Amino acid sequence: MTVLEVEGLVAGYDRIEALHGVSLTVGEGEAVTLIGSNGAGKTTLLKSIAGLITPWSGSVRWHGKDVTRRAAEKRSRDGLVLVPEGRKVFAGLTVEENLTLGGYHRKPADRNKTRSEVYDLFPRLRERRTQAAGTMSGGEQQMLAIGRALMAQPSVVLLDEPSLGLAPKAVTEVTTVLCELVRRGSTLVLVEQNAHAAFKVAHRGYLLDRGTVAVSGPVDELRADPRVRTAYLGETV
Amino acid sequence: MEQLVNIVFVGLATGTTYALVGLGIALVFQVTGVINFAQGDFVMLGGILFALLAGKFADPAGSQLGLFPAALLALAITTLIGILVYLLVIAPARKAGHDRLIILTIGASITIQGLATLAFGTDPYVAPRFSGQSLEERSVDILGVPVDTQYLWCAAITGVAVVAMWQFLTRTTLGTGMRATAMDPETSRLMGISPQRMALLAFGLAAGLGALGGTVLAPLNQPDTTVGIALGLKGFAAAVLGGLDSPAGAIAGGLAFGLVETFVIGYAGTEYKDTIGFGLLLAVLLFRPTGLLRRASVVKV
Repeated sequence: MTVLEVEGLVAGYDRIEALHGVSLTVGEGEAVTLIGSNGAGKTTLLKSIAGLITPWSGSVRWHGKDVTRRAAEKRSRDGLVLVPEGRKVFAGLTVEENLTLGGYHRKPADRNKTRSEVYDLFPRLRERRTQAAGTMSGGEQQMLAIGRALMAQPSVVLLDEPSLGLAPKAVTEVTTVLCELVRRGSTLVLVEQNAHAAFKVAHRGYLLDRGTVAVSGPVDELRADPRVRTAYLGETV
Repeated sequence: MEQLVNIVFVGLATGTTYALVGLGIALVFQVTGVINFAQGDFVMLGGILFALLAGKFADPAGSQLGLFPAALLALAITTLIGILVYLLVIAPARKAGHDRLIILTIGASITIQGLATLAFGTDPYVAPRFSGQSLEERSVDILGVPVDTQYLWCAAITGVAVVAMWQFLTRTTLGTGMRATAMDPETSRLMGISPQRMALLAFGLAAGLGALGGTVLAPLNQPDTTVGIALGLKGFAAAVLGGLDSPAGAIAGGLAFGLVETFVIGYAGTEYKDTIGFGLLLAVLLFRPTGLLRRASVVKV
């Protein structure tokens, strides 16, 4: 079943168009990756889906309902949750406060239940729950950002470059966690420049190039595609 | 010596009112990025409404029991007006820049003052003291110096309000959401927190804090509809002294401003108090724009 459907999306900043009509679909339980170089429009696309940017034209449909103009905070409550680029944890707040905010609109009892589940998934966060989020390492902050998104019990998690700026070991940790989420049946949309990491997690992918979809298909096909291989896997054909 | 002790007490006590106003200004600034110059008018409204309602609720037997509902109602009405200011003035223009919104708050201030003058007239209102109506009961001895009990009420009630505010901001989910909005509005939206609702709440709380300040101050300085301007500026000074971005700083700034003002009145004369008080504000804005307590922030690129 399709949960998320983007059609002919055109969006940008000020007068500069960054997306020139992008379409994609995400099915329930599916992990989809959007890869592409800097400036390909990946973040713009994700922000439009999350509602932080209002697209110029095109539509975003969520469980069949048009949400193109719905406010970001409402989409988050609907279960469409974004883990933003650069993690954006609330640095001055504790780990526990950050998680609480992730489940802001939920009943305290439900929130506490999900929080202990998140702590089980990320034992490191439990150890550090009274620590200010800003004092943790990049990898730990990324875990917190993912855990915070899970606090909303989302039906789709959008992740914007979770491996960005992390040490190789932390990238592996993040990838392992994302694979675990996929195994548990979460629906993910993963934006990555690091195609290696993205292909480990995703079932299907889209290659964005200067604001349009250049190639799309199952991960195995993308891996073999010459355009992907030269540009993103560092191989010469 | 006696005069010095008295000045310190009176200064700190008047400072608590400025602290409440400053706290409201800092709160609104952090959540919305707007300096609310109508904050002083919330103090004025609180004071006048309290004085008016206290007369209505006055106990014929002469007890002070009527003051509590009067204060509560004054607080509630002013809070509602604060929310209305947000809904009618700020919310429709929220896409405009912060500078324009600040001008709008000045307009709101003038409008509130005009409407208040229509409703309440131009005369100052006399509010009953919280305790000790007879002359000999009006002061207590502290360190051998007689101190007006109303100042003690000011300090005590402000103290309770500040602690309650602190608990709200740090212990409740709503308060944590408010701090999150102040830190990063965009990411807060991703948590499902509506910045508009938080702004509305900030305006309501700020108006309530201002009204509380107006209520405790009314028996000492009889409020008329024009007192809002000076009080708003003093609250702004308090918030700026504290760096605008910290509630604790605004409180410290308010106390400092009250002390300076009272010292000037005591040693130089009443006519100099505004010159020196606002001179201090000017000096801080020129030389320490990040506040007295804070080092200039280093911008990382």
